[in-house]
Amino acid sequence: MTSNSLALPAPRSRALLKHPIIARYAPIATMVAALVAIWYIAAVAMNWSLVRDGFEREETTYATTDVLLGTMEAERPLLPAPHQVLEAFYDGVFGYPPLAPRSLVYHALVTLSATLLGFFLGALFGVVLALLIVHSRVLKRGLLPWIICSQMVPVLALAPIFIVVLGALGLHGLLPKSIISAYLCFFPVAIGMVKGFTSPEPLQLELMRTWSATPRQVLWKLRWPASVPYLFTSLKVAVSISLVGAIVAELPTGAEAGIGARLLSGSYYGQTIQLWAALVAAAVLASALIGVIGLIERAVARRMGAR
Amino acid sequence: MDARTFRLGFFFAAGAIGLAFVLSPAPQSAPLLARPLVWQLCAGAAVLLLLAAWFADLRAITAGLAAAILCAAASLLLLRDPAVAGSARGGFWAIVIACWLSAALCVVHLGATHQLRRNRQRALDLLIPLLFGATVIYLWEVAVRGFGVPPVLLPSPSAAAARFAASLPILATDFVQTFIRGVLIGYVIGCGAGLLVAILAHRFEFLGRGLLPLGNFFSALPLVGIAPIMVMWFGFDWPSKAAVVVLITFFPMLVNALAGLSAAGHIERDLMRSYAASYGQSLTKLHLPAALPFIFNALKINATLALIGAIVAEFFGTPTQGIGFRISTEAGRMAIDMVWAEIALAALAGMAFYGLVTLAERATTFWHPSYRT
Repeated sequence: MTSNSLALPAPRSRALLKHPIIARYAPIATMVAALVAIWYIAAVAMNWSLVRDGFEREETTYATTDVLLGTMEAERPLLPAPHQVLEAFYDGVFGYPPLAPRSLVYHALVTLSATLLGFFLGALFGVVLALLIVHSRVLKRGLLPWIICSQMVPVLALAPIFIVVLGALGLHGLLPKSIISAYLCFFPVAIGMVKGFTSPEPLQLELMRTWSATPRQVLWKLRWPASVPYLFTSLKVAVSISLVGAIVAELPTGAEAGIGARLLSGSYYGQTIQLWAALVAAAVLASALIGVIGLIERAVARRMGAR
Repeated sequence: MDARTFRLGFFFAAGAIGLAFVLSPAPQSAPLLARPLVWQLCAGAAVLLLLAAWFADLRAITAGLAAAILCAAASLLLLRDPAVAGSARGGFWAIVIACWLSAALCVVHLGATHQLRRNRQRALDLLIPLLFGATVIYLWEVAVRGFGVPPVLLPSPSAAAARFAASLPILATDFVQTFIRGVLIGYVIGCGAGLLVAILAHRFEFLGRGLLPLGNFFSALPLVGIAPIMVMWFGFDWPSKAAVVVLITFFPMLVNALAGLSAAGHIERDLMRSYAASYGQSLTKLHLPAALPFIFNALKINATLALIGAIVAEFFGTPTQGIGFRISTEAGRMAIDMVWAEIALAALAGMAFYGLVTLAERATTFWHPSYRT
């Protein structure tokens, strides 16, 4: 008997909020609306003096409404209004041919390629490391503490060095960035997969032993299937970290292309709207990547017989 | 590992030292026998290795480790000769291989032993990673100096350590600027705000159901990208770094604390209700203690995230101090040993921070099942 079955019935909520769709989406919609409202208010408040000073410099007469409208469409606002950001984002995605250097799609693709390569390398490395750790007591005791320590090092601080070292070795462009994202994203995969590979219960392992299964058979028939949920959970974490790695790796390299380069040039030239549009692009990219992994997870789960 | 392979490994190591006596350590340099202290060290190591091969049990570990230390000393002594450094040949690498082999054998054998007594087990758990790390650092040092890797590419650990010791004042100001001002202040504000909002969201269910998906969404976003905006808003000095840290640490804390606050079981909640506990009472006496493991989980995640956030924010503009500032300028000037010293500083600070959070966790959640075993 679980503790839930002993519980008192929860007090009923009001009838309108009980409808499943409303109950699920009403709170989120409210929060998003509140966020947008706060954003607009903040945009007005932060850009107010900027716009007013502009009017006073030109010595034109202005009313309060003029300033209010001005805060909504300033060219270099301190905080651009949401519609300006969305406009810039839409313009960046659809306003240019996809491979033009001003197109956000182009920059997103550059970052995406580094992210995916790094993610692939890092996930592979993480799984291999987890396999080694699970199968060797020495590695588990000797290596695991260092893997954890390696994450205490602010890895992104290594980015400029990696770029310098790899640049001196004649490597430019994609690979240094992907190595940084791989270094960042192998850790959650390794830790998650160690957990996943050791998740089968002793009873199941003993059953495998009574069948005199070899370690390889135990791996493929028990440990690997048991670790699939852990794999996808850690892959979702890893892919977003890998994107962060790729973006940050573009900062000190002085790359000309990529979302990180877009952020850097936006901050140098005070192009706030461009900066925010690049941030939105990064957010869209991150959610798309996580969404794709979620879809794969569901397909795999269905093939493995989950409902 | 069975005793036969163990014994064979030590024989190989002893054989490698024998090779070192035959091959010359570097072109146009004195052979090993002409260097008094070095050949004595090597001979001692060879005797110890043979002894270890003879024992091939737990006693062999002591002998093997002593041999590894002697070999390491011999190779480092050899490297002080400018004729060897940068152009080392077979004789030198044979000593290095002997050192690595005996250290590796000892670590593997140590890792395979079971200790029944608890204190010894704990000491062993500390010793193995330390030996592992020492071996890696030794190999790095020897490889860099033996092959003569230009310091612009990769400095030897000893060079970075010397640089660290020589520039302590600079490192101290960088530490204060980045860690004490940027990271700590941002960390406290961000985690505190995350916890407060989580409590509010737990109190008002509507808020919680709206905030949880948003928090999950935001904590997956590349939030460090906000750094240039924060630099624009709060200026070059530490407030902008603290602001980035606040934003980065807020969402993991919100999500984890919210999960933790709803972790208390139905029975406990019903018990609180039957005691007619007010919301404040059940919060402080039930929900917050039950959420502590989750909160500490977030604190640990945030400890590393915060340092990364502050350092990345410094890439976008700083006053002339700070870890991130120093790393980017010194890398631009090709002073890679200084960069490594800064990285060591950041790593030490990060580990100490993480360690402190872990200690606090042990002290406050000693009742949790994961610590009682």
